[in-house]
Amino acid sequence: MRVALFVTCFNDTLFPETGRATVRLLERLGCEVDFPEEQTCCGQMHFNSGYAREGLELARRFERVFAGAEAVVSPSASCVAMVREHAGVDAPVYELSEFLTGPLGLEDVGAYYPHRVTWHPTCHSLRVLRVGDAPLRLLRAVKGIDLVELPDASECCGFGGTFAVKNADVSMAMLSDKLRSALDTRAEVVAAGDNSCLMHIGGGLSRQRTGMRTVHLAQILASTEEHPEP
Amino acid sequence: MKGFPEAARESLQDSQLRRNLAHATRTIREKRAGVVGELPDWEQLRDAGEAIKDRVLLGLDGYLEQLEEAVVRAGGQVHWARDADEANGIVCGLARDHGVDEVVKVKSIATDEIKLNEALATAGVRAVETDLAELIIQLDHDEPSHILVPAIHKNRAEIRELFLRELDVDDLSDDPGALTDAARRHLRRKFLDARMGISGANFGIADTGAVCVVESEGNGRMCTTLPEVLVTVMGIEKLLPSWRDLEVFLQLLPRSSTGERMNPYTSFWTGVREGDGPREFHLVLLDNGRTATLADETGRQALRCIRCSACLNSCPVYSRTGGHAYQSVYPGPIGAILTPQLKELREGRSLPWASSLCGACYEVCPVKIDIPRVLVHLRGKVVDDERDKPVPDPERLAMGALAKAFSTRRNYERAQRLGRAGQFPFVRRGRIERLPGPLAGWTAMRDLRPLPKQTFRDWWRERERVP
Repeated sequence: MRVALFVTCFNDTLFPETGRATVRLLERLGCEVDFPEEQTCCGQMHFNSGYAREGLELARRFERVFAGAEAVVSPSASCVAMVREHAGVDAPVYELSEFLTGPLGLEDVGAYYPHRVTWHPTCHSLRVLRVGDAPLRLLRAVKGIDLVELPDASECCGFGGTFAVKNADVSMAMLSDKLRSALDTRAEVVAAGDNSCLMHIGGGLSRQRTGMRTVHLAQILASTEEHPEP
Repeated sequence: MKGFPEAARESLQDSQLRRNLAHATRTIREKRAGVVGELPDWEQLRDAGEAIKDRVLLGLDGYLEQLEEAVVRAGGQVHWARDADEANGIVCGLARDHGVDEVVKVKSIATDEIKLNEALATAGVRAVETDLAELIIQLDHDEPSHILVPAIHKNRAEIRELFLRELDVDDLSDDPGALTDAARRHLRRKFLDARMGISGANFGIADTGAVCVVESEGNGRMCTTLPEVLVTVMGIEKLLPSWRDLEVFLQLLPRSSTGERMNPYTSFWTGVREGDGPREFHLVLLDNGRTATLADETGRQALRCIRCSACLNSCPVYSRTGGHAYQSVYPGPIGAILTPQLKELREGRSLPWASSLCGACYEVCPVKIDIPRVLVHLRGKVVDDERDKPVPDPERLAMGALAKAFSTRRNYERAQRLGRAGQFPFVRRGRIERLPGPLAGWTAMRDLRPLPKQTFRDWWRERERVP
């Protein structure tokens, strides 16, 4: 299957390892991956901040860049939510776990990840895309993983884009509770399908020198015995 | 009026409040989830609730006239109030005409919205709140902080002290039973003496003229049956087309609000009846910004609200800040979309940003108000309102610059290179721990990872070159 990767500007610039892992994973599963280099941003930040005109213009740009793609796959639930649910672009866009469990019909992707992991289901994956337990089904099939449940998992981490800065105090209060839940699991890794939320949680874990780290779902699924991911 | 961020900062520092709220919202969230889970047709009920309310809103003019006709036919009187002043004038006039100096009240947010108690006080009339939590708020000269549980921010030790100070009691423990008993003795005298009762309305039924109040303590039943004169202040959006529609709403409301299958008291009255209940009934129909809200195609869904407060209890922002931070009688997610609209953006302009857009509110709303969508829509209205300001603020400049950066691949890749070079002064030992200006809010509690040397697209290009 031919897949056009929508890496998102956020991952492209800040978390290239997630993009690389997505490519490795999809190729390992037999997909032919293409990266349309004209892609920039989906417009989510503008749209959610009240700049709908600018945001929708970027979503239309996305539509032009990915026109004709058989499947567009992205390792970001919130960016997929923007183009598919808010801007309604005319393209078959999938969040990574949706694509793996849907069109590819897989749960066991042959991954190996010998770490204790807790899963944070991000708000937009859960309540906008409604991916349900697709990511958890994928994770449960990973060899060597010690998957532990995160208390109050479905509660927002407090990121919310510009919310984290404009309402920094409330955002921090929410983050405190998320960090406490994460630390209670004694996991090594907090995983999620959105690096924006992980940057928030990871930023808090780093500031408190907890030693716990954040890893994107794509990297766990890309990890194999031959090429283990950290 | 303070902005939400400043008001929230103050609330967040109150550890007693944080504890009370976390406990109360979690308890009620779990109760709700339990009773909602019992109904296999819950989603269909929500669809029906949404559809009925939308029908009301789109045919509001006709339904209101139908209601007026039915109420008058049943011996009631109908008054139309454009705004708070008109509504207060009508109610104060009725109190004056009947020569009363004290009225008993059923919990009503509509009357809080128009500040009726203050208007009555100015007119020399004491308004006695009879809902236990509202009484607590009133005795303490406090403001409600939750739609349904207005004293959610107070604990029983605080209530005991208040009752000892304000009610005619000698000794009192902080046992909930004892506290309730003290309030009951105080209120029973008030009910028996009252000649005028004032209520809000949960529902008004257009085809029969019946008005409905849903409550838990029986005080509503007392207020609407004992006094000679009953005055009901009802927002014009509280209509239902017909009696049968209650089938849907009397399932949706208690399960969403208190997490009960049924609420203890549901009172209906239709006009007046000889020898039974009040001899006069006045219905005050309140607009106060609702027609303006109705004119907004996206925003009007806020008028579907049945004041259940499920969105408050499920909101990660509300459950930490409490209601006072919203500085409105309508707190929480629904308040964040209702207050700015009812005030036509003159107040509450920071409220649309009082949300991380996590969507928990939309998920529980019994009439499916897409609160995140309306929040984003209102953000746009505030932003558009300020587009013409001669000096743009830093956010507008940043958004403009970013829109330009994302508009072409060339600009975008240049911005990536600039970002990598520009971060240099802030990186210490592989982390960014302090940022200037508005971004300082991020680094107050969160480190930032520096931009990596190689972007994804650089890697991709490198890989394409070396197969």
